[in-house]
Amino acid sequence: MDAVKRHTIAVLVDNEPGVLARVIGLFSGRGYNIESLTVAEIEAAQKLSRITVVTSGTPMIIEQIKAQLARLVPVHAVRDLTIEGPHVERELALIKVSGTGDKRVESLRIADIFRARVIDSTIESFVFEMTGSPEKLNAFINLMVPLGLVDVSRTGVVAISRGAAAF
Amino acid sequence: MADTAAVMSGAEMVLQALKDQGVEVIFGYPGGAVLPIYDALFKQNAIRHILVRHEQAAVHAAEGYARSTGRVGCVLVTSGPGATNAVTGLTDALMDSIPLVCLTGQVPTHLIGNDAFQEADTTGITRPCTKHNYLVKSVDDLARVMHEAFYVASHGRPGPVVVDLPKDVQFASGRYVPPHAIQHKSYRPQTVGDPACIEEALALLASAKRPVIYGGGGIINSGLEATRLLRELVQLSGFPCTLTLMGLGAFPADQPQFLGMLGMHGTYEANLAMHNCDVLLAIGARFDDRVTGKLAAFCPGAKKIHIDIDPSSINKNVRIDVPIVGDVTEILKALVARWRQKKPKLDKDAHKQWWGQIDQWRRRDCLRYERTEKIIKPQYAIERLYAATKDRDTYITTEVGQHQMWAAQFYRFQEPRRWMTSGGLGTMGYGLPAAMGVQIAHPESLVIDIAGEASILMNIQEMSTLVQYRLPVKLFILNNQYMGMVRQWQELMHGGRYSESYSEALPDFVKLAEAFHAVGLRATKASQVDDVIGEMLAVDRPVIVDVCVDPTENCFPMIPSGAGHHEMLLGPEDRADPQSSEEGMVLV
Repeated sequence: MDAVKRHTIAVLVDNEPGVLARVIGLFSGRGYNIESLTVAEIEAAQKLSRITVVTSGTPMIIEQIKAQLARLVPVHAVRDLTIEGPHVERELALIKVSGTGDKRVESLRIADIFRARVIDSTIESFVFEMTGSPEKLNAFINLMVPLGLVDVSRTGVVAISRGAAAF
Repeated sequence: MADTAAVMSGAEMVLQALKDQGVEVIFGYPGGAVLPIYDALFKQNAIRHILVRHEQAAVHAAEGYARSTGRVGCVLVTSGPGATNAVTGLTDALMDSIPLVCLTGQVPTHLIGNDAFQEADTTGITRPCTKHNYLVKSVDDLARVMHEAFYVASHGRPGPVVVDLPKDVQFASGRYVPPHAIQHKSYRPQTVGDPACIEEALALLASAKRPVIYGGGGIINSGLEATRLLRELVQLSGFPCTLTLMGLGAFPADQPQFLGMLGMHGTYEANLAMHNCDVLLAIGARFDDRVTGKLAAFCPGAKKIHIDIDPSSINKNVRIDVPIVGDVTEILKALVARWRQKKPKLDKDAHKQWWGQIDQWRRRDCLRYERTEKIIKPQYAIERLYAATKDRDTYITTEVGQHQMWAAQFYRFQEPRRWMTSGGLGTMGYGLPAAMGVQIAHPESLVIDIAGEASILMNIQEMSTLVQYRLPVKLFILNNQYMGMVRQWQELMHGGRYSESYSEALPDFVKLAEAFHAVGLRATKASQVDDVIGEMLAVDRPVIVDVCVDPTENCFPMIPSGAGHHEMLLGPEDRADPQSSEEGMVLV
């Protein structure tokens, strides 16, 4: 049996109603995994959106996912960033920590080490903004649990290939 | 051709677009949300509307029309229940790659999302059962969307496209744009095969000792030229050829190089040739589970070449050694041309041995059945039907079940587009409306729906349509009083517990035909079969023939669910390996 592997796939689509539903419906209808999915318009004039989807599967399943995505009518292009050369991935998280005294000071100290920024503060809470790899975000969030973590909002992964080449 | 600057209502625009797309017939059923389009239809003569009795039948009729002509089938239904009733037909067309454009009415844009009367989220409901769908929110987009719908339905792997038309958009006026002014933004399916892959395929075919060509419905979808090229390739190479249920007719059944259909109810020789081949050439086929049987045991020793226009069909179920993405016609043209140039040296001795082996399998005569005077065997009825109609201009449709498999086994198709059946979805109730669509497309031809008594009742209301439009479709019902295929599986896999598979309280089909102002005939003895077929053919009106066949007959050969090609049951005396039948029970 082939090993299941995580893949980051970028999909260029027409920004039209229902396009996200088509992509999500394809994954749920065919029993594929979605670990994260982000979408936003990237080109207003041509109305193009870019979807970044992180999924996992055997090589045969991943090939099938890409072929199924590519045959959706509003899809312009599909790139498997995981196998098509080096790429960078980033995720943004907003992390709310509530507490007073030592725990509050400690959360701020760790945030500094992780280069998280404080974007909201009350006497008993912080909201940290942090960008990085999903692993780095996980590490920071885990450290915040005993210090009063109350809420997390994450964007999911966005990714782009390294070097000068276009999509 | 309309003036580019022509201003017209949305409803008129729909009709103009249909005309410009070459549509002559549309199958439909009116309702509140499509009244403006029906009003526009009333004021013109270019497009003929066929009023069905249920929207599902409109879609199947359009499928029959499309598959027997190679053109795009067209449907018009209202919002809400009109659209939801069409869903089965749309799914059927998606599974069997039939090009359709289905226009659905929708409540006015300002009411969308309000749970208005006869509102349904049609684009939401049909998203997974169409190739693509559109909700037209502005009359400015209408002409473009209409033309795109026809382009998408018929290019690449064909499929159904829904255009949802809110009522206010049908009333609004706007400028019409003709088809040639429209180009789809991004959809450009690959049609020409990669020459390097074609070379690789040619080398592999030339080196084969035990080759098989396995062709599917994609050959027929690709067009008549594709079937001609297939014949040329088979003749050039001398290879054996088998076809899927959807591919029947792509290669003539009476040619010695034809092995018959493969798969669950395919022939012994076709399935064993698949199991023992060393090079497999798959053309426009999708390795469906009814064809492959147990995947782990599928063509174990073969290098596999796969020609398909849909890249997602390649490597979906079976790993392919040489994939060639593109249109079957284009690729076969290139392959045949290269074959003629290179004149590859084939291993004649190996092929002779291979054919010797195949002939040995053929001698098992896997389609034999018990011949008896007492009772009509369903196989006999179809054999006689074939004998009586083979020299006529005949089209056959079927419903779904045992009768469908017997039709595939015993009706010997020589030409493409003559065989309409629901392969992928397996829709009972397909055959009568599909036959209706075929007869509309070919008014002078003989159109026969080989049916079962259970399936036929699923769309029997369409008898009214047949009579209204004087469509002399013949319904040839093999009446065994059971949902035969369900009963067969219950017998083989569920200990003979015939749970709910007996058709109790059947109508008298002769009287039923008469009630619809059609002709009803019946045969109860083998000696009556030829007479009743003769009578049926002599009538220039719709006919129901109630052929009362052996209620206990099962369809063989059969690969039990979960078994491999080499584990066929040839008749009632064979029993499935208990281990594989346990695994198979959980499969469909």
